[in-house]
Amino acid sequence: MSQASAHVSLRGVTKTFPSAAGGELHALGPVDLDLRRGEFLAVVGPSGCGKSTLLELIAGLSPPTAGTIEFEGRRIAGDIPDGIGVVFQEDACFPWLSVEANVAFGLRKSAIEPAAKTKRVREVIELMGLTDFAKSYPAQLSGGMRQRVCIARTLVKEPRLILLDEPFGALDQQTRLLMGDEVLKLWRQTGATVFLITHALDEAAMLADRIAVMSARPGRLIDAVETNWPRERDSRIVERPEFGVITARLWKSLREESLKTIGRAK
Amino acid sequence: MSANALKGVRNAAMLIAGLLVAWQALYWFVGDAALRPPLATFRYTLNLVTSEAFWPHLSETMRAFAVALAIAVSVGLATGFWLGSHKLSSQVFEPMLVAVYSIPKITLYPILLLAFGLGMPAKIAFGAIHGIVPVALFTINAVRNVRPILIKTGRVHGLSATEMVRAVLFPAALPEIFTGFRVGFSLTLIGTLLGEMFAAQRGLGYLLMTAIGLHNVDLIMAVTLLLITFAAAVSSVLLAIDRRLHRRI
Amino acid sequence: MTRVALYRVLVILAAVLLLELLCAIGVIDRITMQPPHLILRDLGRILISGKQNAAILKTMTNASIAFSLALLVGIATAAVLHGYRALRETLDPLFATYYAIPVFAFYPLLIVLFGLGDAPQIGIGFMLGVVAVIVNTLNGLDRVPRVLRKAALIERLGAAEVALKVALPYAAPYVLTGAKFAVAYTLIGIIGAEFIMSRGGMGYEISFAYNNFDNATMYPLIVLILAVSISINTALSWWEKRLLARRGL
Repeated sequence: MSQASAHVSLRGVTKTFPSAAGGELHALGPVDLDLRRGEFLAVVGPSGCGKSTLLELIAGLSPPTAGTIEFEGRRIAGDIPDGIGVVFQEDACFPWLSVEANVAFGLRKSAIEPAAKTKRVREVIELMGLTDFAKSYPAQLSGGMRQRVCIARTLVKEPRLILLDEPFGALDQQTRLLMGDEVLKLWRQTGATVFLITHALDEAAMLADRIAVMSARPGRLIDAVETNWPRERDSRIVERPEFGVITARLWKSLREESLKTIGRAK
Repeated sequence: MSANALKGVRNAAMLIAGLLVAWQALYWFVGDAALRPPLATFRYTLNLVTSEAFWPHLSETMRAFAVALAIAVSVGLATGFWLGSHKLSSQVFEPMLVAVYSIPKITLYPILLLAFGLGMPAKIAFGAIHGIVPVALFTINAVRNVRPILIKTGRVHGLSATEMVRAVLFPAALPEIFTGFRVGFSLTLIGTLLGEMFAAQRGLGYLLMTAIGLHNVDLIMAVTLLLITFAAAVSSVLLAIDRRLHRRI
Repeated sequence: MTRVALYRVLVILAAVLLLELLCAIGVIDRITMQPPHLILRDLGRILISGKQNAAILKTMTNASIAFSLALLVGIATAAVLHGYRALRETLDPLFATYYAIPVFAFYPLLIVLFGLGDAPQIGIGFMLGVVAVIVNTLNGLDRVPRVLRKAALIERLGAAEVALKVALPYAAPYVLTGAKFAVAYTLIGIIGAEFIMSRGGMGYEISFAYNNFDNATMYPLIVLILAVSISINTALSWWEKRLLARRGL
C-alpha cells in the first residue's frame, strides 16, 4: 500500500525519553505501519514495550523523536488532529459532570448548534445503553458503565479514527467480552478506523482484522497476523478453531519477548 | 439523601443538648465565680444584642473579617495555583509556607501593631496571615493531585490553556480547594478575633478582652456564646457543602 | 547542595537582606523594627546574660507539659472514638468548628478552676492542641486497611492489641501530622495566655517589652519562639517523611 492511500501511516517512528540517570531511554521504534481506512488493527506486546507511547504519538499527545506520522495525508507532530478520538484504560470520566455533560464535553469544540448537539448527545447515550443514567454522576456507576461513558464521549465527536488504549484492562473477563461485542458493533456502524492497544492476546484475536506484534523495549513490530474474520462477528468466534490457531501464533511470537521483560531471556 | 440530612439534624441536636447539659453540670460544680448557667447566659445575650452599644462592635468585626477572608482566599488561591502547577517554585517555596503555617502567629501581634498601628488594618492583617497559608497549601495539593488522565483527556479534546484551567483543573480541584476554604474560614475568623483582642479598641474580640480584664463573667459568656454560635452555624454549612463536593469523587 | 536547596537559601537570604536594606535606608524606622543583624546580636546577648532564662524556661516547660498531655489524651481519645461511630459523628461538627472559637475566652474559667499558677496556661495550651491530635489520629485510623484488621483478628489479637500493635502504628504518620499542629497550637495557647494575664513567661516579657518600646528584647524573643517552633516542626516533618518513605509513599 502506498503511504498516500493509507488512513494512518507511520514511517520510521522513534521515541526516546530523557532517563532518570541523565542518559536517554529508547522507548520505541523505528516503527513502520499503515492502517487501511475502516480497518480494525490491534497491537499486542509485552508490558513496557512502548505500546501506549505509540498510541500517544498517533493521538498527537507527544511528538515523535524521529520519523513521520500521517493521518489522512496530513502530518501529525504533537498537535491534536481533528477526527481522532481516544479511550484510555484509566477512568477518564470527569467526576463533577453528569453522564450527559460528560458526553457533551466531546462536542465542546464542534460548531454545531445547541439543539443538534443535545440530540446527538442523546443518541449516543442511547446507543451506549446509558439512557437511564443520563443524569447520574460517574461515582454512582460501575467501572464498565464509566468506560461506556468515556466511549460515548469519544463517539459523539464522530471520529474517523478511534484509538483504544487497553480500554477494558480494568474490567473483569465477562464484562470485557461483552464490551468487545459492543466495540465491534460500533466499529461496523460508524465505519471508523480502530487502533487497539492491548496486552490480552484473546482480546486482540477476537476483535481485530489484523494484529501487529511488538517486541520488548524498544518496541518494534516483529510480526503481523491477518485474522480473516468476517465483518459481521461477535465474541462467539472464540469457539472457532481458527481462534486457537491465531492466539497460538501470537503467543509463539511473543513468548521470547515477554521472557525478556521479566528478565528471564536466555 | 434525606435520611442523611435527618441524621445530620439529629446529630447536631444531640451535640447541642450534650453541650448544654455539660455546661449546666459544670456550673453546678464551679458556681458563680467563673460561669453563668445556660438560661442566664441566653437572657444576658438577648439583652446584649438588643442594646445599641453592641452593634458597632459586631459590624466592626464582620467588616474586618470579610476583608481579611477576601484577602486570604484571593492571595491563597493565586499562590496555590501558581505553586501547584509549577514544580520548581513549589519545591522552593512550599516548605517555607509549611514553616509559616506552623509558627504560633500570635507572637507576631506586636510586630503588626508596630507596622499598622492600633485598629482596622492591624486586625485585617492578623486575620489574613492566619488564612492565606491554609488556603494556599490546600490549593497546591488540590491542583497537584488532579489525575493526569483528566488533563490528558482535556488535551485530546483540544482545550486551550485557559479552557483547561476553567473546564478541567478548577472543577477537578474544587473539592480540595473548598476544604482549604473551610479551614481558611475558621483560621481567618480566629485570627481576626485574636487581632481584636490584642490590637484593637473596637470589635467583639476587644469586647471579650475587656470583659476578661474586668472579670465580667456575664459579658465573657455572652460574647463567647455568640462567637461559637456564628462559627458553628457557618462551619456546619461549609462542612455540608464540602461533603457534597467530595461525594462525587 | 541541590539546586532546590540553593534557591531556597537564596530566597531567604534575599528576604533578610531586603529587610536589612529597608531598615538601613529608613523605610522601616527603628521604632518599628530592628535590622536583622541587630536582632541576632541582641538574641545572643540575651541568651548569654541569662536574664530571660527564667521566662524562657517557664514558657518552654509549660508548653512541653501541655503538648505531652495533648498528644497522650488526643491519641487515646481518638482510639476510643474510632470505635463509637455514632458518638464520633455527633462530635464531628464540634471538631470542624473548634479552631474558629476563641478558646482564650475560657481562660478566666480555668483560673477559677485551677488557681493562679501555671495550670490554667497549660490548660489553654492543652485545649488548643488536643483537638488537632484527635482529628488527625482519627484520619489515620480511618485509613487502616481492613485486611490488616482481619489479619490481626486471625492472629487472635484483642481490641486493645489491635489498636496498639496494628491501627496506631499504621496511623503513626498521621498522628505526627497532628503532633506538628499541636506544637504550634500549644505554643499559641501558652503564649496567648501569658499575653492576657500572667506575671512571667516569654509572652509576658514580649508584651512588657512592647509596652516599654524595648525592641532590643521584644524582637529577639519573638525570633526565638519562631525558631523553636520551626525547628521542632522540621524535625517532626523529617520523621514523618521517613515513615512515609518506608511505605513507598
